[in-house]
Amino acid sequence: MSGPRTPPAVAARHPNLRRALGPMAPALLLLTVFFAGPIGWTFYAAFTDSALTGPGAADTMFVGFDNFTQLFSDPRFWDSVLLTVVFVFFSAIVGQNLLGLFLALVMRGRARAARGAVGAIVVAAWVIPEIVAGYVWFAFLSDDGTLNSLLRGLGLEGTSWLVMTPMLAVILANVWRGTAFSMLVYSAALSEVPTDLLEAASVDGAGPLRRLWHIVLPLIKRTMVSNLMLVTLQTLSLFTLIFVMTAGGPGTKSQTLPLYMYEQAFKLFQIGYGTAVALVLLSIGAVAGLVYVRVLKVEV
Amino acid sequence: MAPVAVTSTARRRTGAAAAYSVLGLVAVLFALPFGWLVLAALDGEASLSAGLPDRLTLDNFSAVLTFDISLRPILNGLVLAGGSALITIVAGTLCAYPLSRFQLRFKRPFLYTVLFATGLPVTAVMVPVYGLFVRLDALDSTFATTLFLAATSLPYAIWLMKGFIDGVPVELEEAAWVDGASRMTTLWRMVVPLVLPGASVVTLFTFMLAWGNFFVPFVLIQSPEKLPAAVAIHQFFSQFGAVAYGQLAAYSLIYSAPVVLVYLVISKVLGGAFTLSGATKG
Repeated sequence: MSGPRTPPAVAARHPNLRRALGPMAPALLLLTVFFAGPIGWTFYAAFTDSALTGPGAADTMFVGFDNFTQLFSDPRFWDSVLLTVVFVFFSAIVGQNLLGLFLALVMRGRARAARGAVGAIVVAAWVIPEIVAGYVWFAFLSDDGTLNSLLRGLGLEGTSWLVMTPMLAVILANVWRGTAFSMLVYSAALSEVPTDLLEAASVDGAGPLRRLWHIVLPLIKRTMVSNLMLVTLQTLSLFTLIFVMTAGGPGTKSQTLPLYMYEQAFKLFQIGYGTAVALVLLSIGAVAGLVYVRVLKVEV
Repeated sequence: MAPVAVTSTARRRTGAAAAYSVLGLVAVLFALPFGWLVLAALDGEASLSAGLPDRLTLDNFSAVLTFDISLRPILNGLVLAGGSALITIVAGTLCAYPLSRFQLRFKRPFLYTVLFATGLPVTAVMVPVYGLFVRLDALDSTFATTLFLAATSLPYAIWLMKGFIDGVPVELEEAAWVDGASRMTTLWRMVVPLVLPGASVVTLFTFMLAWGNFFVPFVLIQSPEKLPAAVAIHQFFSQFGAVAYGQLAAYSLIYSAPVVLVYLVISKVLGGAFTLSGATKG
């Protein structure tokens, strides 16, 4: 998001709500109907036994906290929560974030050609559509895939990665896909770290690790917080990559919350129950979003 | 002094060598999964493993480049993604202008809400949105799906466009207002040309997101003849994925081409290697 910037001290001489609402109307209408509306409806539907298709839609009953009681006593829901936490922690917070920072640091000051070539490959993984990334990794990790061929070439025994280690598979795929984002964010932040500061510290005898810890990291702290929030939110709601690679399986071994929600709402048609899962996802997203706004103290 | 200088040069050289080895390794590891995509697409007898084709062929491309398999889905995708990008940038700019120029009492809470909304997971809203579409009888409607995609992009579009418009000095406009120009005229004639680079990045970025979005059209559109490429390729995979690997790879490349192209354009517009980082950093 754009940084803290003081808005120009511009006041319309006659502040006029009506004049502002005219141009804002299309956006407000779209946001109300397609954004605020569905979120509001989520709060309502999560407390009903709503079924959206068939005759059941006609007599929707208010069931109070039934969906949540059922949800919170369902071991499959908690399994799914745990898988989501594991997925977000290892693929986003550790994988994408740290690898992205590491790449940005290593690339700093290297030859243009090397930066360009490595950057292009890493960014390509991020630019291609998510579903294609899913196919690429499906092929890479299948029984007859590239990884097992390579391992056989080295005289090693491969395994059915997507079946035996589904979480590892989707985590690796998501690190591969998302690292570019963190790398780009950190590269931009590092380019604003003054070189003379680092050189001065170097002259004073500070090694690379101390320079990183005492100078670079404090200077990019804000960027780090915002990057962590953004990758967490993106990974939390990730659906397509896992859907293509393992479909949440085998069984439910890689069924994170978005896939659990999809199964409940669209395959078992338990809309009320599925909406309760959606509400949990939305709440986690909302908390992260609030932290984002508060911690960064964004000026508007 | 001399030995110290030698050690530090030597150390720097080792450091650089280590850095280049690491970068080389990362590049190889990241490139490996791509191997299958490119090689299988050019291979008449492709499997799931990357391997050098016995003979290079474009047969896979010609097999999927038919109207039903890929061309119509691509057109549908262009309508969906292009339409939502245009709606987003027009509605977003119109909404951002008063937020930048007028003193409004609801401005701060509104902007905070917009910023907050940029973080909400769209995936989570899809169940209620499906419900909404059923009730509005809008299921399977390309137009309604386009509007929904536009709405999901609006929060960050409004946020970024307000930032860009803040950067345009109001004095330019004031002179024109004195001469009787309306606000819409000065917005269109003076502000828009100045924020055009930023606005085009927002437009292209919205296009990229919508083009690559699978879940939204997967849930909201059902007729095979209305499906965009994102969903059509999945149907192709479900039907033929187990046999026609080469064609799947070729289809993936065709489907990826527009966004790769758009990304290259964005990099050009921003004139630097670190595309979009300015738009996303805190």
